[in-house]
Amino acid sequence: MIGSTMLILSVLLYILYVIMSRGLPSLSWKMISQIPSGGFYLGKEGGILNAIMGSLYLIFFSVVISLMISVPVVMYLNFTLRRKSRFAAFARLTFDVLFGIPSIVYGAFGFTVMIYLGLQASLLGGIIAVSLLIIPVMIRSIDEVAILIPIELVEATKSLGATNYETIKVIIRQLLPGISTAVLLSVGRGIGDAATVLFTAGYTDSIPTSLTQPTATLPLAIFFQLSSPVEEVQNRAYSAALVLTIIILALSFSARYFSRRFSKNKI
Amino acid sequence: MELIISPSITDQQKPKVMNISHSHKSHIVVRNLNLYIQDHHILKDINLIIPDKSITCIIGPSGCGKTTLLRTFNRLHDDSVDIKISGKLFVDGEDIYAKGTEVTHIRKKMGLLAQRPCSLPMSIIDNVAYGPRIHGIRGRRKLYEIARHQLMAVGLWDEVKDRLKSPASKLSIGQQQRLCLARGLAVEPEIILGDEATSALDPISSKTIEELFVTIKDKYTVVLVTHTLRQAKRIADYVAFMYMGELIEFGTADQVFNHPKNKLTQEYINGGFS
Repeated sequence: MIGSTMLILSVLLYILYVIMSRGLPSLSWKMISQIPSGGFYLGKEGGILNAIMGSLYLIFFSVVISLMISVPVVMYLNFTLRRKSRFAAFARLTFDVLFGIPSIVYGAFGFTVMIYLGLQASLLGGIIAVSLLIIPVMIRSIDEVAILIPIELVEATKSLGATNYETIKVIIRQLLPGISTAVLLSVGRGIGDAATVLFTAGYTDSIPTSLTQPTATLPLAIFFQLSSPVEEVQNRAYSAALVLTIIILALSFSARYFSRRFSKNKI
Repeated sequence: MELIISPSITDQQKPKVMNISHSHKSHIVVRNLNLYIQDHHILKDINLIIPDKSITCIIGPSGCGKTTLLRTFNRLHDDSVDIKISGKLFVDGEDIYAKGTEVTHIRKKMGLLAQRPCSLPMSIIDNVAYGPRIHGIRGRRKLYEIARHQLMAVGLWDEVKDRLKSPASKLSIGQQQRLCLARGLAVEPEIILGDEATSALDPISSKTIEELFVTIKDKYTVVLVTHTLRQAKRIADYVAFMYMGELIEFGTADQVFNHPKNKLTQEYINGGFS
């Protein structure tokens, strides 16, 4: 047991070491504050701000949309349907299957949706695909918490004369720790995924200013730079990976901080 | 055996079942109430007038419909699609199962204590202030005063006054049950419903809750479902005995416990079955 724990820990530390040792030297302010200029992919001037901003835009909108879909789904499964409802069991199974579908499939599916809607590779396309990818993650992890909420909470609130809307607010408060975990998990899954955005979001050297423009993303920035023969560009891929890791870490810490603050008190 | 019986009743002659409180004004009047869950007939033609300002205990063996009956009083069955209810149930003269009756003001008239206390996911003080707040009372000072008053009424104030802002879930289960009572009282109900409110508590907490029921019955109509006969004997003014979905006997505690009319009641009280 201790052997396997140590093995996996050392693998993690080694990955971090490689990213750091190769990425840190080429990580500079210029790298994260500029968009690529001509010849960037041959080792010339510029940075990966396009990919950073692209990834952040993409994940932000995807998380917001997914939350707006997932929370009502979880509410319906847990509080409208009865606990032993067959439909709820079927729905949960479906979400588990969706959870396991490889992200490239979502990318391809998102691509067909885009064609159907007449969209080109764009931020919107990427948002649709990433939302599809993370909705099952979200539903399942919020559901884990919602299942534990006693039906008495609903009854206690209602017996005080609360309307349905007020009851829902109380339930959402109880769900908050679950919601923040869900956001965290889905940000982790969504922001680091290359396959979903490959067809749908495209890649560009500029920062998107509208939903219909294509956008760069960090995973693809890593992918393109890593496949370059120029060593300097390869090192930049590692620093992009480092940036991605830092973003995920920062989000994870702030999510923990906020969920702890929220769960304390106040309406 | 100790009985607490209001003097006006003990002096009376053996009252006729069901008509016991005609002289009183009554908050809850049940007329020919039937309840079905899918095809099962759970409550069979219940007729009951619950006397005001006293403690009525509903007793009976498990599965006889005690809790189901209690939950009809504030329409907690509303969300269950396979439950059908017929008959009339008047709260303050208003038929609450009539079409178009708005439910929140009926529920506001009743505080519910569940078997296991269920605190809301907020601080101690917000738990008590929640009810008044959703019914439109604003102002920190005012809400604080209400919370303080109700927490005092349930004897919790001294225990929690230094940590009003900490989460209610940190309280012990007995304290939480008292908090739930304070939360229920804060919306100024007329009726307190208790669904085996002490069964999950330790003996000392449950004694505290019982004593609270006795104290508040001057102001509120208390209806308790209880599984323990001894508790009913300790605190009930009136007792309703149910068996297999029927209301077998209703009367003062003295009458039901000491001179039961029905053979079933007698058997149950003597511990023939439980």
